[in-house]
Amino acid sequence: MIVPALRLGKVHKSFGRTEIIRGVDLAVQERERHAIIGPNGAGKSTLFNLISARFPVSSGVIELKGADVTSLRPFEIYRRGLSRSFQISNIFHNLSVFDNVRCAVLWSLGYRYSFWHRLSGLREAGDRAASIIEAIGLSRRRATHAALLSYAEQRALEIGITIAGGAEVILLDEPTAGMSHSETEEAVALIRRVTEGKTLVMVEHDMSVVFGLADRISVLVYGQIIATGSPAEIRQNPAVREAYLGTGFADA
Amino acid sequence: MQFVVSSLLNGIAYGLLLFMLSSGLTLIFSMMSILNFAHAAFYMLGAYFAYQISAAVGFWPGLLIAPLLVGILGTLVERYGLRKAHRFGPVAELLFTFGLSFLAVEAVQLIWGKAAVDYRIPPSLQGALFTFHGTSYPIYKAFMMAVSVGMLLALYAGLAFTRIGLIIQAALSRPDMVQALGHDVPRIFTLVFGAGTALAGLAGVIGGNALVTEPGMAQSMGPIVFVVVVVGGLGSLGGAFVASLLIGVLQTFMVGLDWSLIDLLRALRLEPHAASALTRLSLTQLAPIMPYLFMVVILIFRPRGLMGARET
Amino acid sequence: MKALFSRSRVIVLAGYLAVIVVAPLVSQKGYWLSLLCQIGIATIFALSFNMLLGQTGLLSFGHAVYFGLGAFATIHLLRAVHEHSWRFPITLLPLAGGAAGLLFGVAFGYVMTRRAGTTFAMISLGIGEMVAASSLMFPAFFGGEGGVSSNRVTKASWFGITYGSPLQMYYLIAFWAFLCSVGIYALTDTPLGRLANAVRDNPERAEFIGYDPRWVRYLMVALAGFFAGVAGGLTALNYEIVTAETLNAGTSGIVIMMAFVGGIEFFHGPIIGAALITVLQIAVAGVTDAWPFYFGLLFTALVLYAPGGIAGIFAGHRRLYDAGQLGRAMQEYLVAAVPFALCAVGLVTLVEMAYALANTTEPGSAPLHVFGLTLNAAQPLGWAPPSIAVAVGGALLRAVFRRIAGRRETLPAALRRRQA
Repeated sequence: MIVPALRLGKVHKSFGRTEIIRGVDLAVQERERHAIIGPNGAGKSTLFNLISARFPVSSGVIELKGADVTSLRPFEIYRRGLSRSFQISNIFHNLSVFDNVRCAVLWSLGYRYSFWHRLSGLREAGDRAASIIEAIGLSRRRATHAALLSYAEQRALEIGITIAGGAEVILLDEPTAGMSHSETEEAVALIRRVTEGKTLVMVEHDMSVVFGLADRISVLVYGQIIATGSPAEIRQNPAVREAYLGTGFADA
Repeated sequence: MQFVVSSLLNGIAYGLLLFMLSSGLTLIFSMMSILNFAHAAFYMLGAYFAYQISAAVGFWPGLLIAPLLVGILGTLVERYGLRKAHRFGPVAELLFTFGLSFLAVEAVQLIWGKAAVDYRIPPSLQGALFTFHGTSYPIYKAFMMAVSVGMLLALYAGLAFTRIGLIIQAALSRPDMVQALGHDVPRIFTLVFGAGTALAGLAGVIGGNALVTEPGMAQSMGPIVFVVVVVGGLGSLGGAFVASLLIGVLQTFMVGLDWSLIDLLRALRLEPHAASALTRLSLTQLAPIMPYLFMVVILIFRPRGLMGARET
Repeated sequence: MKALFSRSRVIVLAGYLAVIVVAPLVSQKGYWLSLLCQIGIATIFALSFNMLLGQTGLLSFGHAVYFGLGAFATIHLLRAVHEHSWRFPITLLPLAGGAAGLLFGVAFGYVMTRRAGTTFAMISLGIGEMVAASSLMFPAFFGGEGGVSSNRVTKASWFGITYGSPLQMYYLIAFWAFLCSVGIYALTDTPLGRLANAVRDNPERAEFIGYDPRWVRYLMVALAGFFAGVAGGLTALNYEIVTAETLNAGTSGIVIMMAFVGGIEFFHGPIIGAALITVLQIAVAGVTDAWPFYFGLLFTALVLYAPGGIAGIFAGHRRLYDAGQLGRAMQEYLVAAVPFALCAVGLVTLVEMAYALANTTEPGSAPLHVFGLTLNAAQPLGWAPPSIAVAVGGALLRAVFRRIAGRRETLPAALRRRQA
C-alpha cells in the first residue's frame, strides 16, 4: 500500500456550536496536484488551517506521509515537510524580499536559533534564497522592502516563502486571488515551475487555473467532500454541477 | 477569629477596589485591544479631583463630579491622543499611555505638590459600623464596598440590558461587523474608554481617602492591577473579578500574619541550622510581592490566566 | 553579500573608535568626563533594550532588573575581591554583571516569554515590580536603604591601571561600550537576529517557516539581559555604590525613553537617545525642577508626531532630500518656527509658574525666573499672557502642520517616481 503524502481521516471542526467541517476524508498521493474547490463558506480555508495546525481539529486524524500530525504545532508540521501559503499575503513586511526568503530557507539548511553564525557569510543560504527569488521572478526587487511591493509581487513572494524550505507537501491558499488575467497566467506558470516534483494541494476559485493545473479535484460543500476525481470526472459529476459549477464548464 | 473576619472584610473591600480598576482596564482592552498603561493615573486623578472638590464644596458632590471629570478627560485623551497613536500600531499606543501616565504624575505634582494631600473621609462616614470581638469595622470600608458593588451591578445591568450595552458587547468581539451595521464604532470606543477611566476615577474617589492621596499612588496601584488582569486572564471580566478578590484577600491576610518559615519548621519540631534571610522572611514581608509571585506561578502553569481565552 | 570588513564598515568603526578615544579631550571641566561616563553606560543599556523592542518587537517595562541585578552582582564581587584579596582584573568585572544579567534573563525570560505582545509588557512590569519590592526583603544583598558600596581601586593592578582616576574609568566604560555595540550589532547579522525581526513582523508566519517564536524571544531576552548586566556592572564601578534605584521602575522608564527618543527602528537610534536624554537630564535638571514634566511631554509628543524618534526624523529628511523636497520642507519649518516658539515659551512659562505656585511656602508670593524675567505665580492675572501665547501659538501650529501633512502624503509617490 502506498502511503499517501497527506491523509485526512474523518476530520471534524466546530467553532462553538457551528460545525464547519463535517467529516472530511481525503488522501493526496505523492507528487499529485490536488485542487480543493467549492462555494464560499464551504470551509476550504478552515480545512487548510486544520492541516497546517493553525486551528486544532475537533476530531479526526491528519497524517503526513503516514505519520500522525494532528496535534502538532505549526512549526513542527513545517519541519516534517509541509508548508503553506496564505490567502492574505502573510509576509515579513519590514524585511527586504531577500531577507524574507532567506529566513525561510534557514531551517532547512540546519540553522536553528544560531547567534554565532554570521548570516551574511552563509553562502548556501544566500545562494538558495537568490535562486528562489529568481524562480518567483522578483530578482529585480530583491533589496526592496516587502511592504512596498505590488499586490501581485507580494503574492509571488508569499509563494516563494512557502516553497523556500524545500517542503515536499505544499499547500497554496487561493494563490491567484485578486489577480488580473495576465497576472494569473504568470502565477500559474510560476506555481507549475516551483512545485515540480512536489505534492501540491491548493484551494482555488478560478476554474481555469484549477482545470489547468490539477491532477485531481475535490469538491467541498458545507464542510463535506461531495466528489473527488479527475478534472474530467468532476466536470461531468451532476452533484458537483448542481452545487457549484453550473453548466458552463460541462462541455469544455 | 476576629483577625480572620476583619482581614476577610478588609480584603474584600480592597479586592473590590482592585476590581473596579481592573474591570475598566479589561473593558478597554477587550474592546480596543489597548492596554491603558495610564489607567492607574486616572485613579490618581479621581482622588485628587475629589480632594479638590471636597475641599471646596464637600465630599458628596465630589463623589459625583470627580469621576465625571475623569471620564471626560478620558474621552478627550482617546479622541485626540490615542486615536492618533493607533495609526502607528500597538506599541505606539502602549507607549503613548505610558508617556501619559508619566505626564499625569508630573502634572499632579506641578499642581498639588509632591507631598500627600489631606483628602479626608467625610465626618458622616467616619467611625465604626460594628464591633466584632474587640475589632471595629469602619463605616467607610462598608461604604467603599457598597459603592463598588453598586457600580459594578450598574455596569453589568447596563451591558446586559440596554441597547447600547448590547452594541458594546457585540463590538467587543466583532467591531467591524458592528460598524458595518451602521453603528459609530469609533464613538463607541471613545465612550467605553471614557467609561473605563471614569470607573478608575471613581475608585480613586473612594479609595483615595481610605488609602493615601499622593503622587505615588498610581505607581503603587498600577502594577497590581496589571497583575490582576494577567492572572484573571486578559479580556475576562469574570477572571478579573476572581483574581481581584483572591489577591485582595490573600494580600490582606498576609500583611497581618507574621509567620515565617522558621515558625513553620519549629512547629514541626525541626530546629533550623542556619537562619538565612529567606527562612526569616515573614508573610508580612512577603505580602507586597505576593501578587507578582502569583502571576509568575499562573504564567508557568496556566499562561492564559484563570479564565482567559485570548491567545496573543 | 557584504564582506565582513567592507569599506563602509571599517570607516564607521574607525570613526566610532576615534570619537570614543578623543571625546575626553574636548573639555577639561570636571563634569565633562562624568557626563561621558554616564552616556557610555546608558548607550549599552539602551542598545540592549532595543534588542528587545526594535529588533524583536518586545516592549519590556522591567528591563532595569537585568541592569540593576548586574550592578549588584558586580559590586558584591568587588567587595569579595577586597575581602579576600583576590587578584582579579577590574577590567573584566563588568562581565560578572553580564553573567548575572544573563542568568536572570534565562530565569525571568522563561516566564516572560510565555506570552507575547501586550501581555509580555504587563508581565515585564510585574517582574520589575517584584524585583524592586524584593530589594527591601533581602537587605544583605540589596543593602537596604543605603545600598551597597565598595571601592574600585584594589591592591592589584595590571599595567599600572587602577581605575582610580575618572579618565581611566571613562576608558574602561568606552572599551566596554565599543565591545558591546559591536557585539549587539553583530547579533543583528545572525540567523537568530534576523529571525527576531521576522518574529517581530509576523510571529505567525515565523511559525510557518519552522521556528518557534517563543524560543526566539526567549533567547533574545537572555542575550539582552547579558548586555544590560554589563552596563549595570559598569555603573557599579563608576559610582562605587549601588542602590535599589538601579533596578526600579524609574530606571526601566528612562531606558524606554532613551531608545524611543533616539529611534527604535535604527540600530544607532538608542545611541542617539542615550546621549541626548543623559545630556538633557543633566542640563535641564540644572535649570528647572520641573524637568520630568518636560521629558514626559517630549516623549508623548514624539510618540504621537514622530514615532521614529530622532533617527527616524533624520531618515525621513533623507527621503525628502532624495525626493527633492527638502528645500520646501525647510521653508515650512521656518514658517512653523514662529508659532512653535510662541507656544513653547508660553507652555514653559505656565509649567514653571505652576511649579512655583505648588511649592511656594508663602501664600500670595511665588516668584520664579524664566526667560530672563522675574514673575509672581501667585498673581492670577499673570497667567493670562502665557495662556494666550499657548492657545494662539498652538492654533497656528496646527494650521501649519495640516499643510505639512498634506505634503507628506505625496512623498511615497514622489519617491517611487524617482526610484523607477
